[in-house]
Amino acid sequence: MDAAMVPALKTVAQAGVVGGRLDAVPPILEVRDLKKHYPSVKAVDGVSFSVRTGSCFGLLGPNGAGKTTTIEMMEGILAPSAGAILYKGEPQGLRFRAEAGIQFQSTALQDFLTVREQLRLFQHLYPHGLPLAEIVETCRLESYLDRDASKLSGGQRQRMLLGIALINDPDVVFLDEPTTGLDPQARLNFWELVNRIKARNKTILLTTHYMEEAYNLCDEIAIMDHGRIIAHGAPAALLAHHFQDVVIELPWADFAPVAAQVAHRKLDKVQPVAEIVTRDVNAALDELLQLGVSLRGLQVRSRTLEDLFLELTGKALRA
Amino acid sequence: MMKRIWALFQARNLEFLRDRSTLAWNLLLPFLLVFGLAVLFSGDGRPLFKAGVIAAGAVDAPLDQQLHPFLATRHVEFYRVPDSALGSAIQKVGRHQVDMLLDLRPGQMQYWVNEASTNGYFLQQLLQADNNPPLQASSVEGEQIRYVDWVVPGILGMNIMFSCLFGVGYVIVRYRKSGYLKRLNATPISATEFLLAQMLSRLVLVVFFTVIVFAGCHLLLHFVVEGSYLNLLIVLVLGTFALIALGLVVAARVKSEELAGGLLNLLTWPMLLLSGVWFSMEGSPAWLQWVSQLSPLTHLLEAMRAIMLDGAGLADIWANLAVLGGMSVLFLLLGAWLFQWTER
Repeated sequence: MDAAMVPALKTVAQAGVVGGRLDAVPPILEVRDLKKHYPSVKAVDGVSFSVRTGSCFGLLGPNGAGKTTTIEMMEGILAPSAGAILYKGEPQGLRFRAEAGIQFQSTALQDFLTVREQLRLFQHLYPHGLPLAEIVETCRLESYLDRDASKLSGGQRQRMLLGIALINDPDVVFLDEPTTGLDPQARLNFWELVNRIKARNKTILLTTHYMEEAYNLCDEIAIMDHGRIIAHGAPAALLAHHFQDVVIELPWADFAPVAAQVAHRKLDKVQPVAEIVTRDVNAALDELLQLGVSLRGLQVRSRTLEDLFLELTGKALRA
Repeated sequence: MMKRIWALFQARNLEFLRDRSTLAWNLLLPFLLVFGLAVLFSGDGRPLFKAGVIAAGAVDAPLDQQLHPFLATRHVEFYRVPDSALGSAIQKVGRHQVDMLLDLRPGQMQYWVNEASTNGYFLQQLLQADNNPPLQASSVEGEQIRYVDWVVPGILGMNIMFSCLFGVGYVIVRYRKSGYLKRLNATPISATEFLLAQMLSRLVLVVFFTVIVFAGCHLLLHFVVEGSYLNLLIVLVLGTFALIALGLVVAARVKSEELAGGLLNLLTWPMLLLSGVWFSMEGSPAWLQWVSQLSPLTHLLEAMRAIMLDGAGLADIWANLAVLGGMSVLFLLLGAWLFQWTER
């Protein structure tokens, strides 16, 4: 029934990209004034944004900001208290279920099944499942395909869950904190997978509290706190808009004796590194030299999303 | 739709069959119970002779020697049988459940005894020593029904009940709590498809294992099966279905395994006590018998015992079958209506 319409829509979307008229393509997902109120808390309190077809959209925020609540309403799992969510211009229906790939923050599966059996089960739940071989290749599952799915390492498990999320060849993929708890290697590995998916012109909606991850993967981000979006845009544009300064980093031990006398603004950072913000590096260095601070351990870096985040929320990210 | 149900059905079967400890328990427990009881009750547990008496007069009028001098015999339990129960009382004599039946109504004056029963023989000898006014003898034939014969359907039924209610009710709640239902809800599968797959999987497994246990016990204990095996299977499938459907109602919304366990115990224990698993509800107060009719297990056991002990056909147990069918439909609709994947 819907199957005939899907390829046609995909062609439209691709034509839009090829023609360079990206704005002419309607957003694949649109969220309007979305709210989720629980008796004791307003988890999501009026959120609006749209996700362009083929883009990677990142929802950022500290724990409890409302990211997961927002993404789960978009996935059709939670019912919103108010507001609208449109998928390809329509409310989410059966077609959305068939065309969305979903990886929850923590996904539970049936016990006692191997990775292959898990994939096959989900493959059969969709009208058009991809061949297993393709998923296995994309997500690099070969080496543990016949292992009990409950006996995988964190990284292996996330790759399998991503495989399950991709098994219906989805148009839009939801990844809720996919790399939380992974070691740095597994995280890099996962990023590479996400880039592969992006290369297939899939739309990705990602939540994370790693700014680095958002910066590397996302075309557009929205930073949430207390159920609202407090900043929204392309990562580079956001940084350019909020910051015209750079950060000078010094070992805390060198900086401490003169800390009270430095006129430049200091970032409220945990030791052992002191950070000074300035638009004029020369002036700042002059000041430090005049105060007799050793500059041996000095580093200058540009502003990151993490700085932006701290600036906007005033909270430590990973707390 | 069939593809999705089949995929979930297979996955659930694999999950069950690979869970070795649960599997072993599912097979072992009924065997142990049946054999334990067979050993415990292998001797004749009744110290007394037991004789039913049909007589004129009020239901609670005493049975004394004015009716017949034989009633003065000591160490014999004489109990009054209502006129209407004559047929079933004769049947009980045939099955050695009652040693003798006396009909002392004017104009009747006869007794029934099973020649093959030791107790019956002794009672008959005693009676004939002082048979005045004379009672006319009638012989009843039939094989002895041991307690084992009677209790085997009860144990199988109990096992089916636990397996259905916990195997469906508890497992679905576990799925909901772990978040597996949430993941399934994100796929195109419908609640009906999911529930059907769970029911079918449990139905097939329970019927399969019950048949194995039944066959195993039958080989070793040679209990009585008078009626048709096919009818027994039909009753088994229908009863299992009704109990699974009841499990779905419990599992429809509950999110905590503790609460589910509590609710399931609240259902299973009264059913265990009131459905006639271990002892017959005959002779218990009328209101209790009425309550016991609310339990699907009661109807499953009544139907199984009617087939196994009395050789009943499907027509004889239509009432039980109709109740089981009606309960299945009711529970199924209620369960599907109440069902929620997750809290919304």
